[in-house]
Amino acid sequence: MTLQLFLLLAAALFAIGLYGALSQQAIVMIMMGLELILNGVIIAAAAFWHYLAPGMASGQVIVVVVVVAMAVEMAVGFAVTTAIYRARDVSMTDEAAGLRR
Amino acid sequence: MIVALFWVLAVLAAASGFLVFRLASMARVTIALLVSFLAAGGLVILLGLAYLGVVVILMMVIEMIIMAVFMIAYMMQPAGLGSMAMSMSHNQRSAAAISAAAFVLLGAGALLAPWPHRAGPAPGNPTFQLGKTIMGPQMLTMIILGLVLLAAMVGAVVLALNRGRYDRFGDDLKQRPPADPARGGIGR
Repeated sequence: MTLQLFLLLAAALFAIGLYGALSQQAIVMIMMGLELILNGVIIAAAAFWHYLAPGMASGQVIVVVVVVAMAVEMAVGFAVTTAIYRARDVSMTDEAAGLRR
Repeated sequence: MIVALFWVLAVLAAASGFLVFRLASMARVTIALLVSFLAAGGLVILLGLAYLGVVVILMMVIEMIIMAVFMIAYMMQPAGLGSMAMSMSHNQRSAAAISAAAFVLLGAGALLAPWPHRAGPAPGNPTFQLGKTIMGPQMLTMIILGLVLLAAMVGAVVLALNRGRYDRFGDDLKQRPPADPARGGIGR
């Protein structure tokens, strides 16, 4: 167990999430990709705290910030999904081209 | 023992994260994401952050339940009672290439960067350390997080509402209420 192993796992989760966010069409699935990206960030921040600077709580505070970011992303994301579904009957990104110039 | 636990949790987190975009059933997709988060929470506990690990686990269990509800509401194949009617993805090849490049870049950085040595001893109680920090030097962070959460709550309600009370009267409250097929609302 080293810092590098944890960071590699975090990078893997980030890459998987990025793949999902880029390749999925359903808005809910894109949000799952974003959640996986943040999941990787949580692991990386916790590993940084444990292996580099356990004397300061900054790494822990980053984990708290990311957890809040996840909650906000879920709440606002589903609200936007609800709004666009109500207005246009759209649940896929490719159908939501109304804002495209 | 701890090393074995790390490998089990790490493989579980990455594999179930990968399955999220491979499974056809929405119910299974949600469970796979939950398993990935539970494994990540376990890893955070393994790193000595018991409190934050439990917070992540509890939050993700609730969040995935909510997500399952929205899945059923908005997706075509909510329960996966059959094969997916149509492909729900686009740009598969370029997305895979971009994410593989991101992994290689991040992985190279993780392996090649000259990480500093561990600074300072581990605190006796990390939860106490976190609590003391967010009630002291990081108070501003917590205040901003509170405001962000409040803004998110208000924004989510405004976005999700079909029609707010101010829509009827306009921003300056001078507009007359429209002919409403459904009686009710404010004073009517």
